[in-house]
Amino acid sequence: MLIEAATTGVTGSLGSIGYGLAAIGPAIGVGLVFAAYINSTARQPESAGLTRTYLFLGFALAEALALIGLIVPFVFGK
Amino acid sequence: MAEGTGFQDKHPIGTQSFDFKSFTDFTLFGLHIHFTRIYTLVLFAALVVGVFFWAAFRNPKLVPGKLQWAGETVYNFIRDGVAGEVIGPKGLRFAPYLATLFCFIFVNNLFEILPLAQVPVNSRIAFPLMLAVLTWLIYNYLGIRKKGLLGYLKGIAFPPGVPWFVLIIVTPIELISQLILQPFTLAIRLFANMFAGHLLLLVFFSGAIYLFGNGGAGYGFGAVSFLMSILLTGFELIVIALQAYVFTVLTSVYISNAMAEEH
Repeated sequence: MLIEAATTGVTGSLGSIGYGLAAIGPAIGVGLVFAAYINSTARQPESAGLTRTYLFLGFALAEALALIGLIVPFVFGK
Repeated sequence: MAEGTGFQDKHPIGTQSFDFKSFTDFTLFGLHIHFTRIYTLVLFAALVVGVFFWAAFRNPKLVPGKLQWAGETVYNFIRDGVAGEVIGPKGLRFAPYLATLFCFIFVNNLFEILPLAQVPVNSRIAFPLMLAVLTWLIYNYLGIRKKGLLGYLKGIAFPPGVPWFVLIIVTPIELISQLILQPFTLAIRLFANMFAGHLLLLVFFSGAIYLFGNGGAGYGFGAVSFLMSILLTGFELIVIALQAYVFTVLTSVYISNAMAEEH
């Protein structure tokens, strides 16, 4: 299987492979953002409202990278 | 697989899913006027938001009626939760703009899951881009009016407390990011979310139709696909509200940064 792939090259949609790679970083980032929010809320429940704005901000900033990765194959694809 | 019976042959999903035929075809003052579904929807959204706020506050009473209560809830949410929280007491005068922005984006996004409309206006880059350009003009104008052109640029380029050898890297990054990339990412974020959401719903709904058409085991898989598409419609409702909120919050963050005394 691997040898076959090595001799014939990878075929199919390169865009979907690229998106899979592009989603790794933002996935870790979004995970960290929510982990930090849960941590802070568990330690200090009254800060939940205060940090919610920053939760959505951090989430949106990290998620934007994954979405740019989704759009790129459409823009630069054949 | 035989030619012309695959999923992509029967249901071609891609960028062409966002192109709509024009209802009209006439020329006015040398301009071709095209009324597509998207254009009709954006006019409708402007009308809905305008009429909603006009009707809610046309005859304000001490004990609010249902409509006034709805209008006040939305307005208070933006005024206290976004303008007051992010910009501070000085930000309350931006609350009318931010509330309008939030409602306009929300209604335009809501068309994604609204029957008959079924396409988000913001999945065409032109609309988020114009809203982002508006944000860009507003925060740059406020910054320049407050500190003067040179003071404003100096505040961006030379953050206080940064040693000179770090400034070699920091200055170009800050200038490019605050003057060019901020409105760009603002537009791309809203556009890409709506674009991806529309494609996602298209794939699952078309998948259900395609699998049901195949028969046999396709009925089982089609049912799963149909169930998923209903769940995803609910998920998209969250994304729709969240993206309208994020756009509004980021606009107020940029306004707050531009007006900050010490950067």
